[in-house]
Amino acid sequence: MAQALSNREVVLSVRDLVVEIPTRRALLRPVDQVSFDIGAGEILGVVGESGAGKSMTGNAVIGLLDRPAHIASGEIWLNGQRIDHLRREQIRKIRGKEIGMVFQDPLTSLNPLLPIGEQLRETILEHLAVPQREAEARAVAALEEVGIPAAAERINSYPHEFSGGMRQRVVIALALCAEPSLVIADEPTTALDVSVQAQIISLLKQLCHERGTAVMLVTHDMGVIAEAADRVAVMYAGRLAELGPVREVLTRPAHPYTTGLMASTPLASKGRKRLNQIPGAMPPLARLPEGCAFHPRCPRAEDKCLQDPGPSLAGCGGRAACWFATEAVA
Amino acid sequence: MSALVSVKNLTRTFDVSRPWLNRLLEGRPKAFLHAVSDVSFEIEEQSVYALVGESGSGKSTIGKMVVRLLAPSEGVIEIEGTDLFREPDQERVEKIRTDIQMVFQDPYASLNPRWRVRDIINEPVTARGGDGTGLAERLLEQVGLSAGDASKYPHEFSGGQRQRICVARALASEPKLIVCDEPTSALDVSVQAQVLNLMSDLKEEFGLTYLFISHDLTVVEHMADRIGVLYLGRLVEEAPRDSIFNDPKHPYTQMLFAAAPKLDAFGREVEPPKGEIPDPINPPSGCAYHPRCPFAIARCTLERPEMRQVGGSRVACHVAK
Repeated sequence: MAQALSNREVVLSVRDLVVEIPTRRALLRPVDQVSFDIGAGEILGVVGESGAGKSMTGNAVIGLLDRPAHIASGEIWLNGQRIDHLRREQIRKIRGKEIGMVFQDPLTSLNPLLPIGEQLRETILEHLAVPQREAEARAVAALEEVGIPAAAERINSYPHEFSGGMRQRVVIALALCAEPSLVIADEPTTALDVSVQAQIISLLKQLCHERGTAVMLVTHDMGVIAEAADRVAVMYAGRLAELGPVREVLTRPAHPYTTGLMASTPLASKGRKRLNQIPGAMPPLARLPEGCAFHPRCPRAEDKCLQDPGPSLAGCGGRAACWFATEAVA
Repeated sequence: MSALVSVKNLTRTFDVSRPWLNRLLEGRPKAFLHAVSDVSFEIEEQSVYALVGESGSGKSTIGKMVVRLLAPSEGVIEIEGTDLFREPDQERVEKIRTDIQMVFQDPYASLNPRWRVRDIINEPVTARGGDGTGLAERLLEQVGLSAGDASKYPHEFSGGQRQRICVARALASEPKLIVCDEPTSALDVSVQAQVLNLMSDLKEEFGLTYLFISHDLTVVEHMADRIGVLYLGRLVEEAPRDSIFNDPKHPYTQMLFAAAPKLDAFGREVEPPKGEIPDPINPPSGCAYHPRCPFAIARCTLERPEMRQVGGSRVACHVAK
């Protein structure tokens, strides 16, 4: 992990992050011992099935965990500043300024009662020390940058007057207008059509590389990851299963879960009559099995997997958290 | 093999006008949305026919008309040679309707939360006065759940298991045709594979025919024998799977395939497609795709292309060859 980032400045560093939700029946851990770094200008893809903890990890980083979920232990560092224990007012100054956010549904992340220009100006004035007129110009520039035609005229339009793809562009403009060093994009293209998805992915990549913004791209779509991400983190039941350069993880997966996930996409089973499938489903957090959480579905599981979760990511060259991963990587 | 379903010049419009008083005061005419325009295709018995397209292309509307949840505005849907909307013999209509079932996209919304799984699965049979004893238990085992699950409620199951229950319900009346509207879009990849495999197995076992509606080209490529591509309510290309994937003729089909994310396209830098789907209430003149089409010529803006045979495909394009 460290060597992959040596030539880049580390923007976000997450260390042994644990998020806990106390419930009446049990203490749930939707995020368990997660560590990763994102460098400037880098896109880290975070994949996993629903309930794997990928969105929860993103929300923990921007301090948007809903009660009773909270960070139980671990550290989050942003540009050398520790941000996981900040108070609400302090994290508000960072959110929007240092960290931009793009959510899945662009209609619910924009205020339907305000023109988009108003929302952009508000964000710019809140976070940058610029006069009103300058904010106006910046808002138009931000819209032009994300490819909205006739930005100067459309700045007074309301969110409902835009199509889904254009709305997501507005959200990206909003996320980037205060020039953050990190953008968290949570399923930014899931609600969009294929052709519009291609446009948004290409826009995100271009903006990130031009400005050197670090991007945490949360998605369940392996195809999107393959096209956009530099490195990929695979999550399963709240833990990081595998982390590595996207080409290597996707073509030579080290964790049996990644192997199964890749094989079960129709693309990978091209020409075959049946798809490869992983038996069973991800266990609910309240009933995680002992040992490695994947062992009931794992074709390679042995006795030791039933008792011990196996080496952590850092323990085996930073690639995969699995007893059998070290041999696969070596 | 003969055609089980034959769709001819199918059209469906929706009235999207403002209320009459607004129209009167604002002097506006009535507005119509053409969800499906002049679509014709045939589905062979025991095959999988896939309809693909982006949102607003009319694929779900066609599916609903085939199962008779919606009436066509114009055109004919014949199932086993019978037009269910015009057939005077009600007994025959009822008989053919039991041959058609549907699986919906969202397994959370399509199962009644207050019913036991047994009643949900038996419903298509008992609603017609049949005897459902032991049927649910048998079908549950067929779709990979256990007979004991019959007395549980839907909330006790995961998304993939719920979709299996939906498939079991669709099988209950021993149908010939199942319309699947995005059956795996709400599921995770590993569960999606399980459900797709199950659907393939059941097709072999019961000799089913599927009308498979999806926006996911990888799923369609895996499942379909024949594919129809829809754009703004019109069929733009129709061909057997291999010819459409190896040699897409219509510029829209080509764009759709190029834009789909690929697993081996690391750091791919391609020009993303231009423009967006136009407003279906005021579609562009001529070929609806011409404002986004890189090959558009003057004729495309004026004249709507008719379906014509190009190689093994039917294509609605002036330029394709």
